[in-house]
Amino acid sequence: MTTSFKNRNLLAVIGDEDSITGLLLAGIGHINENQKKNFLVVDSKTQVSAIEAAFQELTERKDIAILLINQHVAEKIRPTVDRYQQPFPALLEIPSKDHPYDPEKDSVLKRVQKLSS
Amino acid sequence: MSGAGARENVFATRMALTNTKLRLKGAQTGHSLLAKKRDALTTRFRTILKKVDEAKRKMGRVMQIASFSMAEVTYATGDISYLVQEQAKQATFKVKARQDNVSGVVLPAFEVDRVAGSDFNLTGLGRGGQQVLRAKEVYAKAIETLVDLASLQTAFMILDEVIRATNRRVNAIEHIVIPRLENTIKYILSELDEMDREEFFRLKKVQGKKKRDTAAKDAAPPPEFEDFGGEDGGGGDLLSNKDTDVIFD
Repeated sequence: MTTSFKNRNLLAVIGDEDSITGLLLAGIGHINENQKKNFLVVDSKTQVSAIEAAFQELTERKDIAILLINQHVAEKIRPTVDRYQQPFPALLEIPSKDHPYDPEKDSVLKRVQKLSS
Repeated sequence: MSGAGARENVFATRMALTNTKLRLKGAQTGHSLLAKKRDALTTRFRTILKKVDEAKRKMGRVMQIASFSMAEVTYATGDISYLVQEQAKQATFKVKARQDNVSGVVLPAFEVDRVAGSDFNLTGLGRGGQQVLRAKEVYAKAIETLVDLASLQTAFMILDEVIRATNRRVNAIEHIVIPRLENTIKYILSELDEMDREEFFRLKKVQGKKKRDTAAKDAAPPPEFEDFGGEDGGGGDLLSNKDTDVIFD
C-alpha cells in the first residue's frame, strides 16, 4: 500500500454535464493510450449499469488518485459506493448544480458522524 | 489451581520458567508501546475527523460558487460542454502524492500539481472569453479544495483501519497473551514447588532409611573374630607343638 499511491496522479469524474465541463475546463481531463477517458457524463438517460461499470473501471485503474462523483449520481449506485472502502483512489462526493449538497448522505461523512457521536 | 485458564504447553522446568518470564516482560512492553501508538493515532484521528467535517461543508459552498460561474459561462458563451469534452487530451491538472508519517503509519497527502497548459485557449474566442477564464480559475480553486479534502479523507480511512488493527492487537495482548503467560508461569511455579516437595519427601525417606539401617547395625552385637588357626585360638606358640615329621618318620 505504501508504494501504490506513488504513480497515481490523475483525477477522475463521474457526474452531470455541467460539473464535468467545469472540471475539465480546469484541466483534469485525460485520455490515455487506450482511448479511455477519465470522466463519464451522466444524464437522465444513462443506465445505472453503465454508471456502475464506469465506477468499477475507474476505481480499478492504477493511475487515478481521486475519484469525484456527483452526489445525485452516487445516490443511484449507493450500495456500490457504500461498499467501497479502499483508500485509493479516494472517493469524493461532490454537489452538482441542481442538487444541493446533503452531508447526511455522504458515505464518508456518515462514518465520521458515527465515530464522533 | 494452575489448571484454571489457558496456558501454554510447556514442560515445567526452570528454563521454561525463565523463558516465559522473559516473554511476559516482552508482552508487557509491547502492550504499553502499542497503547502509546494507539493514543498517538487517536489524537491525530480526532483532528482529522474535525477537519474532514469542516472541509466537507466548505466544499459544498465552493462547488456552489463554481457552478454559478459555470452558469455565467453558459449564459455568455452558450453550451461549451461538447467542445470541452472533445478537447480534453492530456491532464494539466494533476496531483502528486506525498507521504506523511504518523507513528509508523504512512499517510498519503495529495498536492496539486498544475502545469500551465494552453488548452481551451480558443474556447469562448467569439464571446464570453472572460467568463470562461474566470470559470477556469474558480474551478481550479474548487479542485484544490477537493484535493485537500481527498487527502484528509484518505488519511481518515487509513487511520481508521490502522487504529482498528492496533486496538485489536492491544486487546489481544491484554486479554489473551498476558493472562496466558501469567497462567503458564503460575503453572510452572506450582509444578516446581510440587517437585520440590516431592524431592524433599524423597530425601527424608532416604534419610530415614539410612538412619534405620544404622540403628539396626548398632543394635546388633558387634561381629566376632572368626578363628583362624587352631582350636585354642589363634596366635599360639608355633614351636610348642611339633609337626609330624613327614620325611624321617
